[in-house]
Amino acid sequence: MADTRTPLIEVRDLKRYFNVGGNKILKAVDGISLDIYKGETLGLVGESGCGKSTFGRTLMHLYEATGGTITYDGKPINSKMSAKERFEMTSRMQMIFQDPYSSLNPRMKVMDIIAEGIDAHGLAKNREERKQIVNGLLQTVGLTAEHAGRFPHEFSGGQRQRVGIARALAVNPEFIVADEPISALDVSIQAQVINLLKRLQRERGLTFLFIAHDLSMVRHISDRIGVMYLGSLVELAETEELFAHPMHPYTQALLSAIPEPNPDEERSRQRIMLEGTLPNPVNLKDECKFCSRCPSVGQDCHGVIPPLVEITPGHWVACQKCK
Amino acid sequence: MKKLLEVNNLTVEIHTDHGTVYACRGVSFDLNEDETLCIVGESGSGKSITVKGIMRLLPKTAKIVEGSVMFEGRDLTKVPEKEMLSLRGSDISMIFQDPMTSLNPTMTVGDQIMEVLKEHKKEMSKQQRKARTLELIELVGINNPETRFRQYPHQLSGGMRQRIVIAMALACDPKILIADEPTTALDVTIQAQILDLMREIQKKSHTAIILITHNLGVVANMADRVGVMYGGKLVETANVRELFFHMEHPYTKGLLASIPKKGVKEELRSIPGSPPDLMAPPKGCPFAARCEYTMKVCQQYLPELTEIAPDHRCACWLLDERAAKMRQEVR
Repeated sequence: MADTRTPLIEVRDLKRYFNVGGNKILKAVDGISLDIYKGETLGLVGESGCGKSTFGRTLMHLYEATGGTITYDGKPINSKMSAKERFEMTSRMQMIFQDPYSSLNPRMKVMDIIAEGIDAHGLAKNREERKQIVNGLLQTVGLTAEHAGRFPHEFSGGQRQRVGIARALAVNPEFIVADEPISALDVSIQAQVINLLKRLQRERGLTFLFIAHDLSMVRHISDRIGVMYLGSLVELAETEELFAHPMHPYTQALLSAIPEPNPDEERSRQRIMLEGTLPNPVNLKDECKFCSRCPSVGQDCHGVIPPLVEITPGHWVACQKCK
Repeated sequence: MKKLLEVNNLTVEIHTDHGTVYACRGVSFDLNEDETLCIVGESGSGKSITVKGIMRLLPKTAKIVEGSVMFEGRDLTKVPEKEMLSLRGSDISMIFQDPMTSLNPTMTVGDQIMEVLKEHKKEMSKQQRKARTLELIELVGINNPETRFRQYPHQLSGGMRQRIVIAMALACDPKILIADEPTTALDVTIQAQILDLMREIQKKSHTAIILITHNLGVVANMADRVGVMYGGKLVETANVRELFFHMEHPYTKGLLASIPKKGVKEELRSIPGSPPDLMAPPKGCPFAARCEYTMKVCQQYLPELTEIAPDHRCACWLLDERAAKMRQEVR
């Protein structure tokens, strides 16, 4: 794979723990290392509670990392950043949130919601210019200038998500974390938003971290996909490679669980059914976290944390059995 | 195949402070014995209101204004509430979307399942009820039924809770099981387990299932027949293969085209615009405003659900013989 590209973001052994009281520690993100290249879309999938959102938020420095390093374009992102550095960073990285109903302030007009970043960074010289930038952004995301004077409740879910996207674009970022941007939307509206994100990426050369649990959409939009399970990255590969040759037993089970919209295929395929549910993520033993549900678990799986190893070029797997 | 349930022209209106919502506008379909009927549609298309109308579990502000629901020779829209009470949970039972809210947090799951039996199987002794409950917990694939019996909902995971809800619904061997988005709140691997369980149960007990979902993958997996709802109307019904491979309604086509295909990176075909406001439903076809083939007649008159092939009905003016020329262009 073209690992000669320079990564925009380098994440090394990133950890984010939460203290849940009474000496209990929830390791939401537990030692994740990966690179995100300029201009690509990295999809991050996993079931609820696997830490994918925490990873995205830690990357944005919305959470303080418990351990590990994040390097953005050569500069470290951590609490030692000066206020000025941090402020600069906010114009380079932006986030699109899952729930378009709670991520927009209901008391602000769309114009002011979108212009907040513009004001903070002084990107507009006067009111007239501010208005023009906002109108331009509204058009970019498929809304019209008329919408600027309205409040969020006057919009449908898909339109709200467009407002959220326009807000993220307002400061001309180069990197966007999209945390489940479509899961609150209806199927036909999802396609509209996905097409919009892809178009914006083409036009502006954006880099995306696309977090989602809907694998079919992730497959459509991502160049590479990372699979998470209970705080660990278990597999990372190029999209079609991952779907063609999933290696980690969890990835295999996850892929086989997606219902395909084709009745003939759907009824003839063999499913790998996982036993049971996710174990309690608090105070887990230091071993492969998939041990308790893994269909091909062996003796040597217990007691060791399998490292993420590059098995074929660009295809990384963290499993004792895949070597 | 014997008809089990016949829904005719069911019309439900919801009265709110802002006006009347015409949520379900003349929906008709049949449910046969031993089959799974999937109802698909986007949020607000009226699928939940339709089945809640069948069960007469509508919110206080909603009312059935027209139509009938025939079940074993009785019209469920007209029978007294007392009779409905004895029907619900025994002959027809329902599974809701969110297992967190459909269980009582202050009762053990065992007691909750026993309660159903206490209500509907008065002849059973307490020991029999308990034995049956343990049997049900085991039937839905939960290990250690004795331990689980004494646990509260918060001690169980989401998938386990949904299994308990299913156990409650199955307690009296219902003839019809209505499942309203039973897996939407669950993760994919758990979803696969629950769907598998529902299929197993149907194989064993020959229960007819009405499954509401917006996930077309789930439809492909589960359905014998499919009904597509849009704007409070049923716009197309067909058996599952016919619907996926020979759909006729432009909305169904748009819906299927908007889901990503394997390995295809091209732009998704999305349906422009958004669904109609059911406070003021359009006079003509509800999809006319978003349809790329819309004609003059579509704006003015509602198309009827007409049979276009065996077991395939569709409500679209393009299928009218007078639109033959236009239809050829579309194809």
